Amino acid sequence: MWSVIRPSQKTLRLWQVMVLVAVFVFWYAMTTPGLIPPLMFENDRQAAFFFGEPIKIFARVWTWFITERDIYQHLWVTLLETVLAFAAGTIGGLILGMWLALSPVAGAIFDPYIKALNSMPRVILAPIFAVWFGLGIASKVALGFTLVFFIVFFNVYQGVKEVSPTVLASARMLGASRNQLLRHVYLPSATSWVFSSLHTSVGLAFVGAVVGEYLGSSRGVGYLILQAEGSFDINTVMAGILVLTAFALVLDWAVGRVETHLMKWQPRAGETEKL
Amino acid sequence: MGERALSAGPPQAHRAPPRGAGAQQPGVSTPIAALALRGVTCTFVSRDTRSQRYTAVEDVTLHVAPGEFVSVVGPTGCGKSTLLNVGAGLLEPSAGQVHVFGQPLLGINRRAGYMFQTEALMPWRTARANVMAGLEFRGETDAGAQADEWLKRVGLGGFGDRYPHQLSGGMRKRTSLAQTLVLDPDIILMDEPFSALDIQTRQLMENEVLELWAAKKKAVLFITHDLDEAIAMSDRVIVLSAGPAAHPMGEFVIDLPRPRDVAEVRVTPRFVDLHKAIWDVLRDEVLKGYAQQKLVA
Repeated sequence: MWSVIRPSQKTLRLWQVMVLVAVFVFWYAMTTPGLIPPLMFENDRQAAFFFGEPIKIFARVWTWFITERDIYQHLWVTLLETVLAFAAGTIGGLILGMWLALSPVAGAIFDPYIKALNSMPRVILAPIFAVWFGLGIASKVALGFTLVFFIVFFNVYQGVKEVSPTVLASARMLGASRNQLLRHVYLPSATSWVFSSLHTSVGLAFVGAVVGEYLGSSRGVGYLILQAEGSFDINTVMAGILVLTAFALVLDWAVGRVETHLMKWQPRAGETEKL
Repeated sequence: MGERALSAGPPQAHRAPPRGAGAQQPGVSTPIAALALRGVTCTFVSRDTRSQRYTAVEDVTLHVAPGEFVSVVGPTGCGKSTLLNVGAGLLEPSAGQVHVFGQPLLGINRRAGYMFQTEALMPWRTARANVMAGLEFRGETDAGAQADEWLKRVGLGGFGDRYPHQLSGGMRKRTSLAQTLVLDPDIILMDEPFSALDIQTRQLMENEVLELWAAKKKAVLFITHDLDEAIAMSDRVIVLSAGPAAHPMGEFVIDLPRPRDVAEVRVTPRFVDLHKAIWDVLRDEVLKGYAQQKLVA
């Protein structure tokens, strides 16, 4: 029996699922009132109050997605904010990064300010953005933008600075004009750096959206969590966190797909020639 | 035969007078050189400390006639690549002039193709797209067809859709060669293009280049530290002294018959004589260059 299920490449998925199941079983056993004598709390309902009950959490998710179907509008808003923040941050970072990297004078002037803005804890801007842009989508996009922008900016800056001088000289000898150099040499080099940080920047856009919603909004998954917290509904809070986690995994998977498609010109470690 | 002499002679005679006024410097009155460096000096100044200077090459004068294959040999670090970059227009000399077919060179040398020592292919383009790049920059419409033809000519017909990292070193060099030659440049500049290749691939590539050169008869300026390679391929070998302030030490006309096979020509008596004569000049410089590098390190 053990030889069949021993951890190996083939049974990897099985073991991963088993870890998940074990966590939920442990959670269930520790929180269900009256199942085992209370270890930490005086009252056997207190564990359920603080940590939620897996069965009720899944019931909540079930009503959200299947019976009531009321989570889709919230998910949609969160997704929209994430995508908009990601797109705006990437484009902004790309343009400004290219500009500052290619214009040494501008780069030298703005350098200390870029560093200062980057080291500022930007989540603190969320309330300000709520005042500036209202409680709608715009303030969340703005927060996500500030998070994504610097990741992309520094990667583009690095990408442009690290263009191989030989490739650059070669392109110039092949007759590339300044615009052609920008489009055919600097941009591909910079985007390769942007893609290497794609997972981080999509993740941060998502964080920006949820944190923004949590701090003040009328829609979105962050808003659902905030509402539930207001009424001490720990099961709904946990359900919201589960949904966000699953959602983040889906986003990450989608980014991975895009990445492998667009970065196929980059060598991967250990890749051999396919004949 | 007579016809060729006739067709080769008059255009030069015709072209000479209008440019004669500009080309009054001594030694260049004879046929207009494809590439002419006159009194070129390159001094590099350290970015941090202005007082630290390094003169790589000093007062270098050299000409490459149209259709001529000229090699420059010299010890490592003597500024051979600097000369080539000056000829390419990638580097502006501190002093001296560069003329391309009689015209002073301003900016990039549009009539030259450059084969670099290190990897110069764009890693985000396939071999075919890399060969197409120059044609695309020029806005030519049949870039694809020309690229396919050149890939076939360098023996990479079936590898057009590979990315550079999926090709071997020799294949990448051949792609570079196709990338340079597809533009049909009048001058080809080569900076130790085969130094990274193993000896067998290297000889194959050298023969290939000689074959392509024989068919098109372009002016070639070939930089190498390998004297055998220089003699086997060139019409003329120029020996550069050790740096700093490297300058031409001697010039040797290689009168070995063509077509040559780079492997076979090495064992002919004439080759051995030439090698000995050039090596006599080069040896001291190599030792000098080596001693200087040891001093720095």
